[in-house]
Amino acid sequence: MSTVDTAVRLTYLAAAACFVLGLHLMNSPVRARRGNQLSAAGMAAAVVATLVLVIDAGAITATGWTFLGAGAGAGALAGWYTARTVRMTAMPQLVSLFNAVGGGAAAIVAVHEFTRLAAPVPARVAVPTVLDVLIGALTFAGSLVASGKLQGLVPSGPVVFTGGRVLTAGLSIVAVCAGVVSATGRGGMAALAVLLLAALALGVVGVLPIGGADMPVVISLLNAFTGTAVAMAGFVLDNSVLIVAGALVGASGTILTVLMAQAMNRSIVSIVAGGFGTGDSPAAAAAAAGAGVRAVSADDAAIQLAYASRVVIVPGYGLAAAQAQHAVHELAQLLAGHGVAVSYAIHPVAGRMPGHMNVLLAEANVPYPQMKELDEANAELSHADVALVVGANDVTNPAARRPGNPISGMPILDVDAARSVIVIKRSTGHGYAGIDNELYTNPKTGMLFADAKAGLGALVAGVKTLVG
Amino acid sequence: MTNLSIFLLALLVGFEVIGKVPATLHTPLMSAANAIHGVVLVGAVLIAASAHDLVGYALALFAAGFAAMNVVGGYVVTGRMLQMFRKPTERER
Repeated sequence: MSTVDTAVRLTYLAAAACFVLGLHLMNSPVRARRGNQLSAAGMAAAVVATLVLVIDAGAITATGWTFLGAGAGAGALAGWYTARTVRMTAMPQLVSLFNAVGGGAAAIVAVHEFTRLAAPVPARVAVPTVLDVLIGALTFAGSLVASGKLQGLVPSGPVVFTGGRVLTAGLSIVAVCAGVVSATGRGGMAALAVLLLAALALGVVGVLPIGGADMPVVISLLNAFTGTAVAMAGFVLDNSVLIVAGALVGASGTILTVLMAQAMNRSIVSIVAGGFGTGDSPAAAAAAAGAGVRAVSADDAAIQLAYASRVVIVPGYGLAAAQAQHAVHELAQLLAGHGVAVSYAIHPVAGRMPGHMNVLLAEANVPYPQMKELDEANAELSHADVALVVGANDVTNPAARRPGNPISGMPILDVDAARSVIVIKRSTGHGYAGIDNELYTNPKTGMLFADAKAGLGALVAGVKTLVG
Repeated sequence: MTNLSIFLLALLVGFEVIGKVPATLHTPLMSAANAIHGVVLVGAVLIAASAHDLVGYALALFAAGFAAMNVVGGYVVTGRMLQMFRKPTERER
C-alpha cells in the first residue's frame, strides 16, 4: 500500500467519523448546526481525498476531467441555487428531488462498472451491481414522482388504474429475473437494460397509487433506499466511505420511516399498498356549515383570545399552505405582550414531514421552547382557556379515540380538553382521512370560516383594537 | 468480507445514533441524511477515472452532475433549516 493510498484510507475513516458525529450532534437544536458543518467537512475531505487518489494514479484523462468538471459544476450550481431560493413550505419536494438524483447517480455508477466488467464476474461484485441498479433506478423514478405529487405536477391523490397491481407484480417478476440473469454473469447489457427499465417503471407505478398525505413516509423510505444503493455502489467500487455513509443513511431513513408511520397510525405495508388519502384538495365543503356547527366572527374570537390567560395554538398543514406562519407569530406576540401565555401544540405529522411545522414556525422566529410535542402539548391543552386550531384537521379529531374509523388509534392532540376552541378553516370539509371532524360540532367550538392567513390577520386586527 | 463487516457495523451505528433524535429535528435530520448519501460523488470521480470511451464519459458526466446536486443542495438546504433553530437571544432580526 502506497503512502497516498494509506492517507486516502485514513481520510475516508475520518470522513466516516464526521458523518456519524454530525448525525449525533443533531440530537439537540443547539448543536445541530455544528453537526451539519462537521458532516459537510467530512464530505469535502472525502471528495478531495478521492481527487488526490485519481491524480496520483494518473488514471483520469483530459477528456475525463472535462466531463467530470462540467457535470459536477453544473450539478453543484443547480443544487446550490435551488437550495438557496426554495420556499420553506416547498422543501419536502426539494429533498425528494435531491434524493432522486442521488439514487440516479448511484445507479449510473453501477451501470458504468457493469460495462467494464469482463466475464466471469465474481458474485461479490455482480450481486451489489444488480442491487445498486435496481434500488437506485427505482428510487430515482419514485422520488421524482413523489416530488411531482407534492409540487402538484402529478395528481396528488392516489392514482389507481385497472390492472395496476398486476402490472406492479409483473414488473417485479421481470426485474427479479433480469437481476438474477445479470448477477450470474449472463445476458450482458441486454439483461441489465431490462433490469434498469423495469426498476424505473416500478418506481413510477409504485408511488403513483399512494396519496399525497402519505408522501412524507414514502420520501423517507426512498431516502433509506438511496442510502442502501450508495452502500451497494461502495461494494461495487470497493470503497469504504461509500459503504459507511450509505449504511448510515439506510439506517436513519428506516428509523424515520417507522417513526412517521407510527405517528400516523399507519403500517408501512398499507402505505406502500396505496389507495389511501385524498391528497390536498379538501373535499369541497362536504357538509358546509351544517347542523350543529357554530360560526364565530373574527371580533368575537379576538375577544376570547385577548381575555384568556392561556392560549394554545394548534397549527396544521393549512397554515403552511396559506404561508401564514408569520401571521400566527404576530398574533402570538401580540397576545404575549398583553400577558397571555401562548404556546404551540405540534403534532408529529403536522405539515408535510415530521418536524416540518417546527421548521416553518422557526422560520417565523418562534422560539423553539414554545413548541410543545404531543404529550407536553396535551398537558397544556387540558388547562388552556382557548385552543386556536389553524388549518389542522384529522390530528384534532376526537373520533380517533373510538374504534371503527380510518383514524382509530391515531395519537391526537386533545383540543377538546381546552375550555373553548376556535377553529380557523375555510369550510367544514374533510382532511386526508376523508371523515367528519367531531371537534367542529362540539358546543365548545366556534368556527371562524376563513383562509388561515386572512383569518389570522382579522384576529390580529381585532386583538389590536382591544389591547392597543 | 471486510466490506460486509463495515456495512453491518455502520448500519448498527446508524440505528443507534439516530434513534435518539427528537421529532423537532426530524425534517433537518432527513435532509442531513439526504446530503450524506451525496457521498456517491466519490463514486462519480472514480468512474470518471476509469472511463475511456464516450459512453463512459457520458455516464461520468451525469453521475457527477446528479451527485454534486445532491451533496451541495443537501447541505445548503439543511444549513438553511438549522439556521432558524436559534435561541431567542441569538436573534438579531
